[in-house]
Amino acid sequence: MTTVEAPKAPSGPKRQGFSRWLVPTVLIAVTITWLVPTLGLFITSFKSRAASSQYGWWQIFQGGWTLDNYNEVLFSPDLPPPGFADNFINTIIITIPATIFPILIAAIAAYAFAWLDFPFRNWIFLGVIALLVVPLQVTWVPVLKIFNTFNLTGTFPGIWLAHTGYGLAFAIFLLRNFMADIPKDLIESARIDGATDVKIFTRIVLPLSLPAIAALAIFQFVWVWNDLMNALIFLQTPDKFPLTVGIRNLLGQYGNEWNLLSAGAFVSMVVPLIVFFALQRYFVRGLTAGAVKG
Amino acid sequence: MDGLTKIYEDGTLAVGELDLTIEDGEFLVLVGPSGCGKSTVLRMIAGLEDISGGEMHIGERLVNDMAPKDRDIAMVFQNYALYPHMTVRDNMAFGLKLRKTPKAEINQRVEEAADILEINDFLDRKPKALSGGQRQRVAMGRAIVREPAAFLMDEPLSNLDAKLRVQMRAELERIHGRLETTTVYVTHDQVEAMTLGDRVAVLRAVSAAKPYNLQQVGPPYELFDNPVNLFVAGFIGSPAMNMVYATLERDGEDLWASFADQRLKVDPYAIERHPGLENHTNEELVMGVRPSSMEAAEIAGADPDRAIHMTVEVDENLGAESYVHTTLDARPVVTPDIEELLADTGQTAESLGDSTEFVARISSDIRVQTGQALEVVVDTAKLYFFDPASGDRVGAKATATAAT
Amino acid sequence: MTATVSEEAAPAPAPAEPKKPKSRVRWRPWLWLAPALFLLSVFLVWPVIRTIWISFHDGSTINPTREFIGVDNYVRMFTDDAAFIHYDLPPWSALFNSALWVVLFTLGVIAFGLLVGVLADKVKYEKTAKAIVFLPLVVSFTAASVVFRLVYSTDPNIGLINAMLGLIGLGPVAFLGEANIVNFAIIGAGIWVWTALAMTILAASYKALPEETHEAASVDGANEWQVFWRVSLPQMKGPIIVVAVTMIINALKAVDLVLIMTTGGPGFSSRIVGFTVYWEIFNNNFAGYGSAVAVVLLIMMAPLMWWQMRQIRAAEAR
Repeated sequence: MTTVEAPKAPSGPKRQGFSRWLVPTVLIAVTITWLVPTLGLFITSFKSRAASSQYGWWQIFQGGWTLDNYNEVLFSPDLPPPGFADNFINTIIITIPATIFPILIAAIAAYAFAWLDFPFRNWIFLGVIALLVVPLQVTWVPVLKIFNTFNLTGTFPGIWLAHTGYGLAFAIFLLRNFMADIPKDLIESARIDGATDVKIFTRIVLPLSLPAIAALAIFQFVWVWNDLMNALIFLQTPDKFPLTVGIRNLLGQYGNEWNLLSAGAFVSMVVPLIVFFALQRYFVRGLTAGAVKG
Repeated sequence: MDGLTKIYEDGTLAVGELDLTIEDGEFLVLVGPSGCGKSTVLRMIAGLEDISGGEMHIGERLVNDMAPKDRDIAMVFQNYALYPHMTVRDNMAFGLKLRKTPKAEINQRVEEAADILEINDFLDRKPKALSGGQRQRVAMGRAIVREPAAFLMDEPLSNLDAKLRVQMRAELERIHGRLETTTVYVTHDQVEAMTLGDRVAVLRAVSAAKPYNLQQVGPPYELFDNPVNLFVAGFIGSPAMNMVYATLERDGEDLWASFADQRLKVDPYAIERHPGLENHTNEELVMGVRPSSMEAAEIAGADPDRAIHMTVEVDENLGAESYVHTTLDARPVVTPDIEELLADTGQTAESLGDSTEFVARISSDIRVQTGQALEVVVDTAKLYFFDPASGDRVGAKATATAAT
Repeated sequence: MTATVSEEAAPAPAPAEPKKPKSRVRWRPWLWLAPALFLLSVFLVWPVIRTIWISFHDGSTINPTREFIGVDNYVRMFTDDAAFIHYDLPPWSALFNSALWVVLFTLGVIAFGLLVGVLADKVKYEKTAKAIVFLPLVVSFTAASVVFRLVYSTDPNIGLINAMLGLIGLGPVAFLGEANIVNFAIIGAGIWVWTALAMTILAASYKALPEETHEAASVDGANEWQVFWRVSLPQMKGPIIVVAVTMIINALKAVDLVLIMTTGGPGFSSRIVGFTVYWEIFNNNFAGYGSAVAVVLLIMMAPLMWWQMRQIRAAEAR
């Protein structure tokens, strides 16, 4: 029998000697190193071209601040079509369904894996897990061919399907594991009460799985928002490109317009950053489970 | 330890004004209920906790700021704290390797310690392949091998099952007898404290009224025979000392203790042990008497001055002796000390109800039945009287400090 | 899960149940699975098989199987494609670079992940430090690439590093333009992005270590570094390996960073295998050849995939 000495708030031994300052110093050095690149970008996005070529990036207060870069990158007609503002909208159009669909489809499949009985259930699930790690490169050509055949290339529904298909393995993995942890008694007593599987799913399993669904939604959202390759390959029409492709094109034409580029990069970062800061907990949860994401 | 204080980051006072000297080679036990700060004190000795105030010396040196590794002490943890990725041998050799002891010597010391603890057979296994008792021995082996100036043990036996615990207690005594290393031992089990300690220190949690932990320190028999306050009296000894509100009455030359509907004549020896007891005549005090200070009248011989009449409610026959429970028609003793002791067993003042429980020890030769009337004779030399307000024993020195 | 299976297969509940259907309908579960299984087959299962078939052909994305050429693609990959692997110095080529990534990137991510994860545990501003290191993983690889093109820019007022070098009188270094440096530069960017994952997992693993073993080591005479190196780290072996495998997989698969930062340049010196697949298929229009590279990539990853599956299965069994 263990004795709990309450209240336990151990303060531990004092750090001795030189290690007292070593730890904070190293940590701060690393943290600053990590922060500087983004910071530099941020600063550059608020400076005019003239100011940037005159003063170094660390001279934050010289040369004045301006919002022109943001203005230009979002609304200027000179930029490669469709313009960043449209890219932004496209990203939204792409991301939201591409987050919802995988969750829906994965949820019902996960429920089946967790609580329904059918032959080869474990083997098929193992197969799903195997798919988790398949590099997408190996699928591009055939999928593109299918898309072309069904006229899905360059359409929003097409990219929604692609993101859904590619995101399913991870989503099923995450949700099924969570659902399997629901106490068996709940399910069984519902069955005995005569509930159909659909009812059990909607009334019991789904509500209880909300934390996992939330984590998955956030993770998938950020993942799709930041996606480049799928958009490049399956969306080929410029007026539908999301922010990531927009940045790439910007780089192509305006490779040295750093002020413009940094503003553009930041426009693409805003939403994921907000999501991250507001919902850190869920994000991390999705990430740790997603260490295997394809 | 001199005026030792420990304050947690949130301002809680954990240890207050602790003055304690531990002699070379002695086995000192720190005992007390959960949360009394005993582990904290031990960890301060080890250097695992900061000292907020006061001084600590090991030998001549002031060690307040010395790192654990420099204090030449070895510690046995409650959960053993074995290194899971190392074999038993490596676990034991770890400290020596750090000090760059030559390999031959390491091996020799490990073998010796393994012999003492009889763990030679698993020197090459990993901790997860061992049972609780075996892990316990390895933990001790790790400490022994270091040949330190002192052993610190933090409730090392509390994770073992009862039978193993008794075995290991004997082992510990044997080892201490053989190695004679100074040992500071923390436990909440007063039986362990009494059986193992050369000296026992009773600690309690600090309170607003009493901002110090140490209640009394001394050899086990002294705590048993001469508890300095209600807390120590109630904590030491099993079954616990009976306590009841009693009024002192003078009847001619004699002093009587009157409680419920009974009274006992207080033996002169008891009066001697409570200097100034007479000054409390006609006052209500708390009277304590141990179950072991009683015997059935049938055997001890009737003596109306020293008899208690009880109705048997529960009879626990343990073979060699019996413990007979009854309730006295008096309100239960509730003081801050008592409340703390109750809390340790999960009870509250309310759970006592409105009568006092009373336990007497009688020889098991006497057969009793529930409901039977029984006359019990008390050794009135072994009566204790306490001030109900402060909990101190009448006439005892003020508590808290306890030098050698 | 196996236990659950056998219990699930238990017979229908007590006969006092009038409303229960005759038998649990056998094909119902498949209904639940159908959309997922369908999509998974279309997007993952079938394409892998098809790509292997395509790799034996020469063709374009429009007509991938225009001409059957057997193993020619593979032969060419290893003997006649200097961009993929060439056998003299300087060694910069896809296969070699990927090997470089696997080693440096993985080590770097684990080292920094450990560093931040463990040190942050000891200070008050732990959450802030971790959030800062975590940021790069939240933004797109594309944005990260822009960030690092900025960092490495040769313009001494813009390029974050070159500006600093300029201050102490060193000439601008073309981080992304020098064949001998570019790979390390991109790997650096990769570490910047992915350390967050290692940090999260390793920090959690470190926090879960029993405090008592550290205390015991302290008392046994170990200083802080020794405690970490000899007691903490060995106990973290499991999670470290998990992170390592994940990072190796990421290193092999990577496309975005290389695509945006250098498109494989200068020349082909910063190409890596994952990137090469994209480039050959969509830039050079060699669907067959690109598919062959993809198959090679798959083979390279197969042991890792198998290892990860084993881990997950073991975790399932518990």
